[in-house]
Amino acid sequence: MDILRFITAGSVDDGKSTLIGRLLYDSKSIMIDQLEAIEKQTKNKKDGEIDLALLTDGLRAEREQGITIDVAYKYFSTPKRKFIIADAPGHIQYTRNMVTGASNSDLVIILIDARNGVAEQTRRHSIIASLLNIPHVVVAINKMDLVGNSHDVFNNIVIEYAAFAKSVGLKDIQYIPISAINGDNIVERSGSFPWHDGPSLLELLETVEVANDINLEDARFPVQYVIRPQTEELHDYRGYAGKVLSGVYKKGDRVTVLPSGIESKIKAIEISGKETEEAFAPQSIVLHLEDDIDISRGDTIVQSNNLPSTENELEVLICWMDNKPLIPGNKYLLQHNSRVVRAVVRDVEYKINVNSLEEEKAPEKVSLNDIVKATIKTASPLVFDSYKKLRTTGGAILIDETSNVTVGACMIQ
Amino acid sequence: MSEKKLDYLEQLESESIHIFREVAGQFEKPALLFSGGKDSIVLVHLALKAFRPGKFPFPLVHIDTGHNFQEALDFRDALAEKIGEKLVVRSVEETIRLKHLTEPKGKFASRNALQTYTLLDTIEEFKFDVLIGGARRDEEKARAKERIFSVRDEFGQWNPKLQRPELWNIYNGKIHKGENVRAFPISNWTELDIWNYIRREQIDLPSIYFAHDREVLEHEGQFVATSKFIQLDPDDNISVRKVRYRTVGDMTCTAAVQSNASTIDDIINEIIATKTSERGETRIDDKVSEAAMEDRKKNGYF
Repeated sequence: MDILRFITAGSVDDGKSTLIGRLLYDSKSIMIDQLEAIEKQTKNKKDGEIDLALLTDGLRAEREQGITIDVAYKYFSTPKRKFIIADAPGHIQYTRNMVTGASNSDLVIILIDARNGVAEQTRRHSIIASLLNIPHVVVAINKMDLVGNSHDVFNNIVIEYAAFAKSVGLKDIQYIPISAINGDNIVERSGSFPWHDGPSLLELLETVEVANDINLEDARFPVQYVIRPQTEELHDYRGYAGKVLSGVYKKGDRVTVLPSGIESKIKAIEISGKETEEAFAPQSIVLHLEDDIDISRGDTIVQSNNLPSTENELEVLICWMDNKPLIPGNKYLLQHNSRVVRAVVRDVEYKINVNSLEEEKAPEKVSLNDIVKATIKTASPLVFDSYKKLRTTGGAILIDETSNVTVGACMIQ
Repeated sequence: MSEKKLDYLEQLESESIHIFREVAGQFEKPALLFSGGKDSIVLVHLALKAFRPGKFPFPLVHIDTGHNFQEALDFRDALAEKIGEKLVVRSVEETIRLKHLTEPKGKFASRNALQTYTLLDTIEEFKFDVLIGGARRDEEKARAKERIFSVRDEFGQWNPKLQRPELWNIYNGKIHKGENVRAFPISNWTELDIWNYIRREQIDLPSIYFAHDREVLEHEGQFVATSKFIQLDPDDNISVRKVRYRTVGDMTCTAAVQSNASTIDDIINEIIATKTSERGETRIDDKVSEAAMEDRKKNGYF
């Protein structure tokens, strides 16, 4: 049993909350008391069936306004898998929330209303999924009941989406006809689509292979914390604690500490206090080196024969997440795994139109939800890979030093 | 290659250890909130994995309402002693006395809301800049929306609309003086994950988690232990039943469940079969209003 993290992209109108509610409900992850609570609210709203969307609207403000204002996380499991859903709202002003939810997702469910086909919002969500490099895409064509479960409608949407997806570089796409409100093809295969020979949505989610998405080639280990007991019996103990973000480390490996460039060898590896011969992503471990060198939080230990980039000038895509605009020339803190450095955003080259992926003239001020290509200069060198190659060492955030708020998400090119 | 895979508990464990080490790396004065309940016991277990053979870079802190189960308190003291870590206990009773606070009245008068005063005083006393807690997002829908690093203002208040976006494995712990952060390493665990992990790691728990005979009062379908903290009335329906606790909070607001489960395996089987959520079955305090937890969080509660 492993974990699948996925994000659902779509709006209330596409039936997104209903879909999530349906997955939770039909997989028996909703308990009686929770159901009673939403039944009570549904009665207040309108007669008839319970409103599954209420399950995902967590905060009072959302319930009152009937919208989802933030990313919420939902959990359910089947005997095959544990699922973590990032529920991000689909309205345009919430691009930042989808970017946030997408950053940790293995898979995105793009919801399309069968009556409307590929809409502007579909394109926007797909482009964000592509920019964030989500490995797997499921296109769920919803409300099939409202188009008479028509095979033609389904096929036309598939053809249109496939052409678009190719143009924005999405890979591993699967298509599935559903009706979330009726629970058609969500958990059980449905008889409503005799022309569709494929798994139900849940079966699909249970079987998508995600283990291979973890890179086991390029070993990257940022030091989070140095363990130094300094007791009598452990006088010389000096362990570098952190998480293997990618790759495999073995006892005896020749390693390089970056950004300093000092070389050493792995003397020992510990996992949960026990010595082991090797460690791999995404294990949290403690590394010991042969030589007594100065290593602290923010340094990265890599294998000497496979080095990432170490530079203080970066080409990045920035998704701006703050109400205050980004003004080129402004200084920020850049946090990249365990390393925090001062940084200045220099040239903004162009803005990406998130509905078409076209490059547009750079705005003077970059506003909330804008995605721009820019150059960042850092006060000291950063150890990184391109985001396309490694999501774990290619992503960074920008922090406004005066407000301490996370204002930007950077994908290093 | 294929054997280099973690199962879901190993993945959750590694993520939690990573969060613990981020807390230790980013803050000056952390503390771990420890009640003797199962979630905070799992937190301590994960902290041992994150920091041993070193000492914890933080003390364990318990805000004692004075209404706790003795079994949980004994367990708390014994565990702190066994692992040789510092335990700080601050008492809500003391705060009530010193600040002339008014105790809530009623049959199940709970000090839940008053806890916040003692918590904020303790933060002030030790200048804690981050409190590590065992909240899980599956517990309740306000918690489902909270970040792993959740910033609180100087009154301890949570503002759900001003949360920082949290991307990849990067946690922004930058705060202004007077603010503090609540960090939740087991955010992504569910109740069942916790129990499966307790089984796999053979983690000891206080005895009240297992079926035992106890005198209880039946109240609206829930069973609350009789104790000096709740007001008994002549027409109360009191009986001795075989029960266990699914969560451990104050005696005034935690209900027991009828059960014969005497082992972790039994408990896991019951949880898989149950039709009621953890908080729904066992907490009297969440039922006050639809947004009870959201309101308490905004006011500085956990």
